[in-house]
Amino acid sequence: MIGGLFIYNHKGEVLISRVYRDDIGRNAVDAFRVNVIHARQQVRSPVTNIARTSFFHVKRSNIWLAAVTKQNVNAAMVFEFLYKMCDVMTAYFGKISEENIKNNFVLIYELLDEILDFGYPQNSETGALKTFITQQGIKSQHHTKEEQSQITSQVTGQIGWRREGIKYRRNELFLDVLESVNLLMSPQGQVLSAHVSGRVVMKSYLSGMPECKFGMNDKIVIDKQGKGGTTDDSGKSELGGSGKQSIAIDDCTFHQCVRLSKFDSERSISFIPPDGDYELMRYRTTKDIILPFRVIPLVREVGRTKLEVKVVIKSNFKPSLLAQKIEVRIPTPLNTSGVQVICMKGKAKYKASENAIVWKIKRMAGMKESQISAEIELLPTNDKKKWARPPISMNFEVPFAPSGLKVRYLKVFESKLNYSDHDVIKWVRYIGRSGIYETRC
Amino acid sequence: MLLSVTGEIFELKAELNNEKKEKRKEAVKKVIAAMTVGKDVSSLFPDVVNCMQTDNLELKKLVYLYLMNYAKSQPDMAIMAVNSFVKDCEDPNPLIRALAVRTMGCIRVDKITEYLCEPLRKCLKDEDPYVRKTAAVCVAKLHDINAQMVEDQGFLDSLRDLIADSNPMVVANAVAALSEISESHPNSNLLDLNPQNINKLLTALNECTEWGQIFILDCLSNYNPKDEREAQSICERVTPRLSHANSAVVLSAVKVLMKFLELLPKDSDYYNTLLKKLSPPLVTLLSGEPEVQYVALRNINLIVQKRPEILKQEIKVFFVKYNDPIYVKLEKLDIMIRLASHANIAQVLAELKEYATEVDVDFVRKAVRAIGRCAIKVEQSAERCVSTLLDLIQTKVNYVVQEAIVVIRDIFRKYPNKYESIIATLCENLDSLDEPDARAAMIWIVGEYAERIDNADELLESFLEGFHDESTQVQLTLLTAIVKLFLKKPSETQELVQQVLSLATQDSDNPDLRDRGYIYWRLLSTDPVTAKEVVLSEKPLISEETDLIEPTLLDELICHIGSLASVYHKPPNAFVEGSHGIHHNCILMLIVYNTGHYCPSGDLLGDLLNLDLGPPVNVPQGSSMQIGAVDLLGGGLDSLLGGDLGGGVGGSPAVGQNFIPSSVPNTFAPSPTPAALSSGLNDLFELSSGMSIATGGYVASKTVSITGHYVHMFYCLYFFCCVFSFGVIPTTPLAMHTPLMPSQSIDISLPLNTIGPVMKMDPLNNLQVAVKNNIDVFYFSTLIPLSVFFVEDGKMERQVFLATWKDIPNENELQYQIKDCHLNADTVSGKLQNNNIYTIAKRNVEGQDMLYQSLKLTNGIWILAELRIQPGNPNYTLSLKCRAPEVSQYVYQMYDAILKN
Repeated sequence: MIGGLFIYNHKGEVLISRVYRDDIGRNAVDAFRVNVIHARQQVRSPVTNIARTSFFHVKRSNIWLAAVTKQNVNAAMVFEFLYKMCDVMTAYFGKISEENIKNNFVLIYELLDEILDFGYPQNSETGALKTFITQQGIKSQHHTKEEQSQITSQVTGQIGWRREGIKYRRNELFLDVLESVNLLMSPQGQVLSAHVSGRVVMKSYLSGMPECKFGMNDKIVIDKQGKGGTTDDSGKSELGGSGKQSIAIDDCTFHQCVRLSKFDSERSISFIPPDGDYELMRYRTTKDIILPFRVIPLVREVGRTKLEVKVVIKSNFKPSLLAQKIEVRIPTPLNTSGVQVICMKGKAKYKASENAIVWKIKRMAGMKESQISAEIELLPTNDKKKWARPPISMNFEVPFAPSGLKVRYLKVFESKLNYSDHDVIKWVRYIGRSGIYETRC
Repeated sequence: MLLSVTGEIFELKAELNNEKKEKRKEAVKKVIAAMTVGKDVSSLFPDVVNCMQTDNLELKKLVYLYLMNYAKSQPDMAIMAVNSFVKDCEDPNPLIRALAVRTMGCIRVDKITEYLCEPLRKCLKDEDPYVRKTAAVCVAKLHDINAQMVEDQGFLDSLRDLIADSNPMVVANAVAALSEISESHPNSNLLDLNPQNINKLLTALNECTEWGQIFILDCLSNYNPKDEREAQSICERVTPRLSHANSAVVLSAVKVLMKFLELLPKDSDYYNTLLKKLSPPLVTLLSGEPEVQYVALRNINLIVQKRPEILKQEIKVFFVKYNDPIYVKLEKLDIMIRLASHANIAQVLAELKEYATEVDVDFVRKAVRAIGRCAIKVEQSAERCVSTLLDLIQTKVNYVVQEAIVVIRDIFRKYPNKYESIIATLCENLDSLDEPDARAAMIWIVGEYAERIDNADELLESFLEGFHDESTQVQLTLLTAIVKLFLKKPSETQELVQQVLSLATQDSDNPDLRDRGYIYWRLLSTDPVTAKEVVLSEKPLISEETDLIEPTLLDELICHIGSLASVYHKPPNAFVEGSHGIHHNCILMLIVYNTGHYCPSGDLLGDLLNLDLGPPVNVPQGSSMQIGAVDLLGGGLDSLLGGDLGGGVGGSPAVGQNFIPSSVPNTFAPSPTPAALSSGLNDLFELSSGMSIATGGYVASKTVSITGHYVHMFYCLYFFCCVFSFGVIPTTPLAMHTPLMPSQSIDISLPLNTIGPVMKMDPLNNLQVAVKNNIDVFYFSTLIPLSVFFVEDGKMERQVFLATWKDIPNENELQYQIKDCHLNADTVSGKLQNNNIYTIAKRNVEGQDMLYQSLKLTNGIWILAELRIQPGNPNYTLSLKCRAPEVSQYVYQMYDAILKN
């Protein structure tokens, strides 16, 4: 199991050091600093073995978190734990920075004592932790006996992510479908790979211990219902699904509140939600993706000292919808001496420090087209090495889900309190963003 | 903050004793801060412990943190804290009870541990699950400090009871603790996995935290279901975990499923459904954070080797993204090649070509290499690969060109006489090659196709100019290439070959080079026709997948999916110290003699160097060789047999037998093995050796005698040795600074371990020893008894044994006879067990005793054996099955030796 956990600043100074196992000595702290943080070369692996000791590290801004072990530990678990550790710290004191860590080191030690015992990760849900690890640190003494047992049963219990007795005057639910669409296209316009990775993020302000059921236009569910003859149309129109009937989901993963065995057997998504913000599910699709933009590049080398670049972008969605925050990034060679740009729409600038022409458009409606052309002057070089021609990348945001996913329903049942599904105010929003959206040129 | 340490400590001491609680708390915080940055604040121990008696929980936790760090260095004062702990374990607040028991377990001081037992016993039965789950982990802590105490106090039973606890987290922690404890008792069935317990675990699996699910899944993967029905029902209950958001849960579930798949009938519907279900979650892992992607990719690399069908449709997800971290890129590339097939090769090649223009040198090289591997793997694509490589050579980027030439050599070896038209293009780049690999590849190509390259002699001659500055690899290749050239075009190249042979034999210190030079020389001078047959013989084609992990190791790694072993692609004992309490070190003991005899054998060389390449045999030289050979043999045998043969030298004492440690009970100790003298032409002294094994892991001591044939004293002896087949290398190089007088002997022991580079030797158990002294470097080789490589965890599970036996193709089965052995089956088992050959099952078939046995080598190769013993018949039949059948011969020899000892 994890033998020790260290946090360093960018200089390699130790901010936090907690050792769980006897086989990890103080020299491990230095070994990591010397061999990884101060290493001459860029680190080639997130797992490093130094003198039979394995170091796992992740970096958040300029802070290094390192877990150390001498055993054959579950490597995936160690990384997941480090991510979780970051989440917990962020939930307690915001951004992970040197200053915040220094100011909260007592709290961090307290957390580390709680969420790692002898190197075994323990309950690390912030919801539960916040009930008894507080920044005031004295709260715990004032708990009554019932409160104490409530805390312990929550920390160890089946529903570790939610506490009892939550009350809201207004029961409200916010549901965001956030998708990032990824594309790799050949210069000839052939899709080399495309996929959507999506997340359903919720904010729930619900009283009691509500039982929720979430439905979407999952092809497997819709097909099953179609076969069965009993169509559940009431749900379908509830949150306004239209367009494509159903979508094929390659795979999905769920927050630990979702009953996985039920999903496996009936493909229904049911759960008791955590309070506040959480990510309900992640999914991935590869079929029938709506690619919001197409990029058509044309790069011509004119002699040894000049490049002509022309890029056309076409929007490919309903004309009534508006895409925002559009940015096209056209890489330029390292020996660029000057660039002249002409674009029909938006603003374009050559950024020498980033070796790219950045073309920004605030808004663009569907089924439109826009173009940029640039002349790039090059310094003659002796460098034999050819320019690598990085792909043209694009950023944007569109108000629909490129996968075609639609929320069909989200039902809330709370039998003990007297509010029904209809009393809950529900909000649904779709946002499609570019992930890695690249066209080779 | 840059106060002098003493000043700071003085100040802190005052603050710690301040009357105000708040002040004291601030002071303890400062102490902890100083501790974090590595300052020694242990002298404040009594003052900090004084602050422990408080109702402020935060302060208490800080003091505990301090205690955990320094108690070990101040054991006497740590006792002061015991009372407070014991009291806290009775506190009405479960959080405080748990805190106390958790902290006490972290204080590794014997006296405190004694006091821990009673509170721990209570806490294991506490009414509050939070306390119980903490107590469960505490048992593991205590076991780490004092294993005996944990057993004596019956804590293991309490822990086992917790598996049936009503609270899922208690179950999960109990499982985690038991799993870890059982690792140090490999043979005890601590966890007692039976269908009832498995059922409890599967129930808890649905309810506990993500971490708990990982503990339980990792534990489940060690279970061997009794039949396929049970395997299927476990699989059915594990599959839902594939949708968990935590990638570790997913990977651990994949591990269980991959393992149990083996037990399901291959043609069943369920088997195929399960296979299909495995692919999407694996792909999803690649959309996680880069570090998890890396772990996933390393595991996928194993999974596609074991079951390529799972991901064969998914090659696109392994295409490299421009912004992927380099470690992700390199791993994706590996998997792309593994998945490359006729169906997708066009896409793959287009990608690889794209990558070859990237910036990162390692990545580009690997991409170029990958193109070569595609050509070798997918025959239909070879032509396209070659043309892609030619395009890349045209870029003139130095490292791209060099890498391309290396892979083109391999393509030539796979498809001879097909692409020679490109040689001209390759030759254009001769000057830019500065890496040994690339130079050697180019030289090989020129030599191999010398008859079609008009100026081959010029090209090779140009390399010859700086012969001594080249690396050994290039020198060896160049030697061979010129000999090939000579055999193909003898008329024009006689001078060249003379030149290279004299460079290799006369002017080089490298024994390999010298030996090879002499071999060619002899060959060419004795019989050019035979030489031609030997040197220009048809070479076997290279196989398509040279980089696959050895199947038994692969199976082992599959059982470690998700863990570090799967990331390193090494079995755990290769990087974990003292796994299963075995230290894989052996000791090499050298005894050096200087017998002070002088043997004038140096002149041999002179004659050889005058060798004429014209007519075949040269009588005087032949006889001179013979004299040398007799001489060598005489000296060698002499020292081995303790002078019995007395071939001229005589008087060397018998060595080897004395060095078997007497403390070793019932363990086979082989007699000294003859040492082969490989540097015979300079036999100033000689060497013989023996090996023995000791209990407690294996400690092999090797005895070596070195008989001097030279009157001089030796100074500064250094010993190095390695058995490449098993990666044996000395843990530290050994240097001996005292001079060695004639007839003097010195005992040297050299600890060895098996983490060195692996290279196949012939014979496999060949040990190479180099001895360096004030005169020269001497090389010896000798044989190690294979049994020192048998590891203690070589006992296979019955079911695995059956499955593996079936799985290994029949042609790998080899049969041997062990003659004249008069032991009964039990004695045989016992004797073998002492040498880490384990009997898994014994059956009596028609009056014959059948023993089924397994053993494992340090490099992870398993050997399965069936030993048939007929009562009254002194000849036993031994059938050996192994994925690497070449070891069987040596294993048989060990059986023979062990049973007859």
